Amino acid sequence: MKKGYFGIFGGQYVPELLMPPLLELEEAMERILPSKEFQDELQSELTHFVGRPTALTFCPNLSAKLGVKLWLKREDLAHGGAHKVNNTIGQALLTKKLGKTRLLAETGAGQHGVATALAAARFGLECVIYMGALDVERQSLNVRRMKLFGATVVPVESGTKTLKDAINAALRAWIVEQQTTHYCFGTAAGPHPFPLLVRELQSVISREARGQMLDQAGCLPDYVVACVGGGSNAIGSFHEFVPDARVKLIGVEAAGSGKPGDYHSAPLSKQGSPGVLHGMHTQLIQTPEGQILPSHSIAPGLDYPGVGPEHAAYQASGRAQYVSVTDDVALDAFVTLSRNEGIMPALESSHALGWALANAHGMKPGSHVVVCLSGRGDKDLDIVNDYLANKA
Amino acid sequence: MSNDILTKRINAARAKGRLGLIPFLPAGYPDKSRFWDEIDQLDAAGADIIEIGMPFSDPVADGPVVEHASLKCLDAGVNLAWILRELAVRKGRFKAGLVLMGYLNPVLQYGLERFARDASSAGVHGIILADVPHEESGPVRAAFDPAGLVLIPLVGLNTTPERMALYAKEGKGFVYFVSVLGTTGVQAGFDSGLPETIRTGLAAAKAAFDIPVALGFGLKHPDQLKALDGLVDAAVFGSALIRHIDNGGDSTGFMQVWK
Repeated sequence: MKKGYFGIFGGQYVPELLMPPLLELEEAMERILPSKEFQDELQSELTHFVGRPTALTFCPNLSAKLGVKLWLKREDLAHGGAHKVNNTIGQALLTKKLGKTRLLAETGAGQHGVATALAAARFGLECVIYMGALDVERQSLNVRRMKLFGATVVPVESGTKTLKDAINAALRAWIVEQQTTHYCFGTAAGPHPFPLLVRELQSVISREARGQMLDQAGCLPDYVVACVGGGSNAIGSFHEFVPDARVKLIGVEAAGSGKPGDYHSAPLSKQGSPGVLHGMHTQLIQTPEGQILPSHSIAPGLDYPGVGPEHAAYQASGRAQYVSVTDDVALDAFVTLSRNEGIMPALESSHALGWALANAHGMKPGSHVVVCLSGRGDKDLDIVNDYLANKA
Repeated sequence: MSNDILTKRINAARAKGRLGLIPFLPAGYPDKSRFWDEIDQLDAAGADIIEIGMPFSDPVADGPVVEHASLKCLDAGVNLAWILRELAVRKGRFKAGLVLMGYLNPVLQYGLERFARDASSAGVHGIILADVPHEESGPVRAAFDPAGLVLIPLVGLNTTPERMALYAKEGKGFVYFVSVLGTTGVQAGFDSGLPETIRTGLAAAKAAFDIPVALGFGLKHPDQLKALDGLVDAAVFGSALIRHIDNGGDSTGFMQVWK
């Protein structure tokens, strides 16, 4: 297969000016990442700073109601409140080894921005975060957190003023600052080698979950379910289970309101088509003329018109299935988990959970279902409270 | 030596003792009807090659001036079908060589082969795709070659001699040398004197390529051209022309200043 491709998806569709730092990163991934020194340091950080391994929690109350065994992989318990830190700690460490002194990153909801900023603070790196001007407004708490960690937050005023344009701005900034700066890409997408690098760093989720299932349940799960925006928590949740052919892998995209004509964030399970954006050939939400359309989801972290290329390839090969649920289903799941199990999921993770709750009746009774709880829901309380108030 | 028409246009300018002049304007700017008048003016005022931008929603190689102009054109309904149709109507009308510049996705959705056929028969000579580096250029060249459409290579200050050699092997028309580590419209770091980094980069490009070298990104005023004499064969003006039009000027006036 061609370098940097998953089937027909992936690649390095970037201006020539970005090829030198991408090639440098590729070389570093091959040389530094597998080294014992790097792996030992990373493991130490994951244990003592991030708080890994995260728990695999059995949900007794919902399991009794659903007739299946529901397990949660608790990435909400990782430092920063989401899986994002698995990636940023690894990339920050790699940045030090590369001899670079700054991190730049894009962020949508601000979770990756916060995770990058705290990793930069931990490793003594400068940090600049590009964030769509609309998102800066909607996610002011995370903006304050990033600033507290010492990051500079740059509001991006161009295009749709959301994640897609923040990535454009970050790529542009990287062209200028490549000699001193590493682009800490937030998801398993973008130009090669980012999809591979982020998968490597997020696979800790499924490595742990697989061992924990064997320990705690004595078997492999029947289903692994994760939400998909760019797709980093999902690829991390799937990776170690891919060779286990009997484990069904389900990626849950955001269908938005579900109303015809409204924007959504589901290029795999709704009307996406293959195209090139942000350095990769993948499934995109676009016009017939190849202009990228705005996306929408109530979960800001899923609000993206593309998807990581490996997911596009898993869909094409059939190894994973991609489905979508609406804002309402996710909001109900948020409330259901909070009330039944005392765990408040992020709205992103609530999409994965919402699919599992809605489809448990179609599974063989007693099936083991692992849902990746990619983050905690505190950040979403305002959105959920508004929803509940309107519903009442 | 390449017999390509774009190469010939630049060499003809060099033979007259000046640099080849390559103005750039996003298709449909400042509006869909005035655009073609501006192109006529650029051609009449002696542009050697005219670059027409194919607007894209996510132009990562462009700075704010070109991005804003492109998005405005998209809002006005500009797309590849319109550009190629309008060019086909005007086929044979321009003295200048014609180049379309943009990003891969709109071309991909139009269909690589269909695009190559339609562009070529509309009188387009070459294409610049800002997000197609050497690694991804194979399928594009395979579609363009049979139609006689040239994929113009783009290199910069951080392109190693090894990578320049890769581009030199397949490059036709001219090579676009990006004068800054940045996006379009960023001020090039020189006035009348040329910094050593650009001098070295241009010398490497001249040595690596046997097609003309055009310098682009960040040219703001004519004094900068003098510093380039002997080092490059042509110069590209994008953001400067857009700003000139935004300030109430027209293309004829713009070309008079630069020529």
